[in-house]
Amino acid sequence: MLALLDVDKLLTFTIIGLSTGAIYAIIAAGLVVTYTTSGIFNLAHGATGMLAAFTYWQFRFAWGWPAPVALVVVLLMLCPLFGAATERFIMRGLKGTTEVIRLTVTVALFAGMLGLANWIWPPDGSRVAFRRFFEGNTVPLGGINVSWHRVITLACAVLVAAALRYIMFRSRAGVTMRAVVDDRDLAELNGGRPDRVAMLAWALGAGLAGLAGVLLAGEQQLNIEPLVLLVINAYAAAILGRLRSLPWTFAGAALLGLLDSYYLGYLDGRIIPSTMFGFSLNGLRASIPIIVLFIALVAMPVSRLRVGAVRFREKHREPVWSTSLLGAVLLVTFVIAISGMLTRANTLLAINGFVFAIAALSLVPLTGYAGQLSLAPMTFAGLGAIAMAKLPGNGSILTLAGAILIVAGIGAIVALPALRLSGVYLALATAAFAVLVSKLVFNQRQTFQTGNIDVPTLAIPFVDIGSPRSRLILLSVAFAVLGLCIVALRRSPLGRRLIALKDSQAAAATLGMNLTATKVAAFAISAGIAACAGALVGDKVSPQQYDFLQSLPVVLLAVVGGVASVAGALLGGMLLGGSLVLVILAPAMTNISKVLPGAIGITLGRNPSGASEQIAENFRALAGRWGLISVAVAGGTGVWFLANRGIISNWSFVFAIAVWTLGVVPNLPALAERFDRRTVSAGIWLAAGMAAAAFIDWGTAVGSSGWRLLVLIAVVFTIGPIGERLLDRSPRVRPGSPDAIGLTDDLTPLEVEDAERRIGVVL
Amino acid sequence: MALELKSISVSFGGVMAVSEVSLALEPGRVTGLIGPNGAGKTTLFNVVSGIISPNSGRVILDGHDLTSTPPHRRARRGVARTFQRLELFGSLSVLDNVRVAAEIAGRERPDVVAANLLEQVGITGRADSVAADLSTGSARLVEVARALAIQPKVLLLDEPASGLDEDETLRLGRLLRGLAADGLAVFLVEHDMELVMDVCDVLHVLDLGRLIASGSPDVVRRDPAVVQAYLGVA
Ligand SMILES: Nc1ncnc2c1ncn2[C@@H]1O[C@H](COP(=O)(O)OP(=O)(O)O)[C@@H](O)[C@H]1O
Ligand SMILES: [Mg+2]
Repeated sequence: MLALLDVDKLLTFTIIGLSTGAIYAIIAAGLVVTYTTSGIFNLAHGATGMLAAFTYWQFRFAWGWPAPVALVVVLLMLCPLFGAATERFIMRGLKGTTEVIRLTVTVALFAGMLGLANWIWPPDGSRVAFRRFFEGNTVPLGGINVSWHRVITLACAVLVAAALRYIMFRSRAGVTMRAVVDDRDLAELNGGRPDRVAMLAWALGAGLAGLAGVLLAGEQQLNIEPLVLLVINAYAAAILGRLRSLPWTFAGAALLGLLDSYYLGYLDGRIIPSTMFGFSLNGLRASIPIIVLFIALVAMPVSRLRVGAVRFREKHREPVWSTSLLGAVLLVTFVIAISGMLTRANTLLAINGFVFAIAALSLVPLTGYAGQLSLAPMTFAGLGAIAMAKLPGNGSILTLAGAILIVAGIGAIVALPALRLSGVYLALATAAFAVLVSKLVFNQRQTFQTGNIDVPTLAIPFVDIGSPRSRLILLSVAFAVLGLCIVALRRSPLGRRLIALKDSQAAAATLGMNLTATKVAAFAISAGIAACAGALVGDKVSPQQYDFLQSLPVVLLAVVGGVASVAGALLGGMLLGGSLVLVILAPAMTNISKVLPGAIGITLGRNPSGASEQIAENFRALAGRWGLISVAVAGGTGVWFLANRGIISNWSFVFAIAVWTLGVVPNLPALAERFDRRTVSAGIWLAAGMAAAAFIDWGTAVGSSGWRLLVLIAVVFTIGPIGERLLDRSPRVRPGSPDAIGLTDDLTPLEVEDAERRIGVVL
Repeated sequence: MALELKSISVSFGGVMAVSEVSLALEPGRVTGLIGPNGAGKTTLFNVVSGIISPNSGRVILDGHDLTSTPPHRRARRGVARTFQRLELFGSLSVLDNVRVAAEIAGRERPDVVAANLLEQVGITGRADSVAADLSTGSARLVEVARALAIQPKVLLLDEPASGLDEDETLRLGRLLRGLAADGLAVFLVEHDMELVMDVCDVLHVLDLGRLIASGSPDVVRRDPAVVQAYLGVA
């Protein structure tokens, strides 16, 4: 009798496990198909499934459509359309960009979809339940009852496997797909059309993601984050298939599903206790796939050094000391100047902006210089916050130094096993680390005991840092100092090595550079800087702030701002902080702010060097012209003075300072060049614009804060460009459109060589 | 004997790219390696510099077996190379490309070393431009300078003259002779026969992964097997 019971139990948990595995398999298969055909690892693949599940719910349960109709519309029409459109309009524009950019764009897509789902289906709204297929019906199977939903899930996986096998080996499209996988160039030469194939693959992948999302929602209900994260587990299955082999992917998915269900059935609370040495093991079950992912990544064969450098469209410059110092001083001065005018709420937002900016700064040496993408900056920030709170010294400089060192050490240790990996594998390993820390470290009594901890403010002798205002100033100083450290790093031998690592691993290694040691250094430095983002908050913090999902917008906006420069990190952090500003200022804009980061990120294909590079382009003419720079600074000071004396309102200050820096200052060099009708008329126009910006009381003229921001943007982008037109400054050089290369832009040597290679002149 | 290759074989998915190649490089000599496209020259260079490991055979430098030594340690033991498909550090300046190599090798005053080397290969006046903007010819010369910055004992050059004009090629030839005179073992893969015949002391010919001829340039030039491999006439 006992034995019989055990068989039933085993069977039950096996079937549960296999049906979970079936879902993983379907998601992972879609991931593999898109990756192999387009070379882009779609981090947003899970989010696609999530969005599909919500859409299905809308049709099926909110509007009461019949299930077959809803399924056909979602899985066979909307998902494939969405996938194809993603490939056509976003991914195809990414040729010639680095892997960092390609991954970041999928992060953007991820963030955008997350925001969209939160917008359309707010998490707090009560909803009709998401019911399984044929809820309540079961099939007897070997003595136990299995729900129809599970049976259908398993059947779907089998069907998907069979269909994929058929498509890949029998159909024309599939054969082309496999040819593209093997050699894109060759397939192209033989008349295949890799672009069309990639589009098909993305359509197929999105359909599979949707199917998995719908099946999963039946088991888990509709919750955005768990759905998205559970799907991340499927990455482990895809990695077990080395991102190439579909049979191994299916086997890996089954293994993961079984591990999960056997753990639940046999180990949890029995063999594996719920606490060990005082540490809670509650998060262990959810971590299993992540642990498998980590092991699978570490067991990956070492990727061979890739020979044949690709010419990337990104352009980065070595920072110059004079500009950097000036920037640092201006930043701190500016923050001190306006800090007195900010409300408490705005001060807290600005503090947040700097925290994000420092986290983004941590990516500059690692991602910007060394070309290694990390998806865990906020995790390291969280570790920094814990270290600052727990280390003795009560927030002294020594405590901070200790926190930085410890977290840098952790960064180095985490990096070590992951170092043999590159690109997407490394990024996934850091994501796995981030999720593991959230599930196993941040939920301990010893770290965030009651859900949040008090991180002491940095204790500086003779300076009282208690008020939000002084914390804001402290953070701006910290950012400026760290930024200068990064500039020093970039100009040092180690900085050159990091760049060499990014530009050509083959050359760096054959010149005697130890790639592993260099990567470890980059990781340690990056983790140490990220630690500051946590250690310097000087406030109560909660583990949610350091969740894996919090790292995504940081990475995204750092890359959007320009991840290879300090200014880019500042811009990225402030954009992120700024999207929060939108939320506070204008509740109506909340939803826009949710999709904003994603929307910006998707444009990376057009401007892979980041926004700061583009903005800097505007100011480059000022470099070294100290007279003009003094005029620029004097103008800003003047505006501040007017506001500080109460002559103009705070909103007028915002308008005037924005028009001055973005509209007038870039035009100063051209204005100063000569004295004729053009310069006079432009000068009058710009002066009038400044006067309007400063002396119209925007606070009363425009009703809501949200509208004020929109008007601000409109004003800035009218005054500056019209001034530019009046001055007849030649149109700004936009970082090359790929279409122009070879026509108006010269071919670079590498392109010439590539062409030669394709024609067969050289091999 | 600076570098010895003992029956090296490499296969890619069953196709032998290099089979049973044995040869030796002497200090003070320029050794040429020629052969049609696809003969396996670059693959052999990749084996020597450690980018790929051979299916069989050994790489020996000054009596040390380097067959399973990672690339960066080989470099530190004195193996340097250039790449047929350029591998400059595109976002560094021309000077920094060479300087970073000198720094990696731990040399004193790396900036001075770099400036001197650039002058030696004939790149002047472009030290501050971004490497990605260079023409193919100049980029090849910078790669040579960069390889020299680590003070190698063995220098592997993969088609360094392709993209160079006549003057630059002559200059490169003189540079190679000079390096050999200083005791360097130079291993040259090149299609420019005039240059090869001019500067090489010894010549090896590779065809379909096999060594089909070795000897002094004059002897090799008249070898019937070589003529056939190049011209396809029996
Ligand atoms: N990574 C690789 N994978 C598969 N085949 C390769 C690879 N590298 C080279 N080959 C093949 O090995 C042969 C030799 O190539 P290579 O060494 O580049 O020739 P060479 O430099 O003499 O022109 C060619 O047939 C080439 O296609
Ligand atoms: Mg070659």
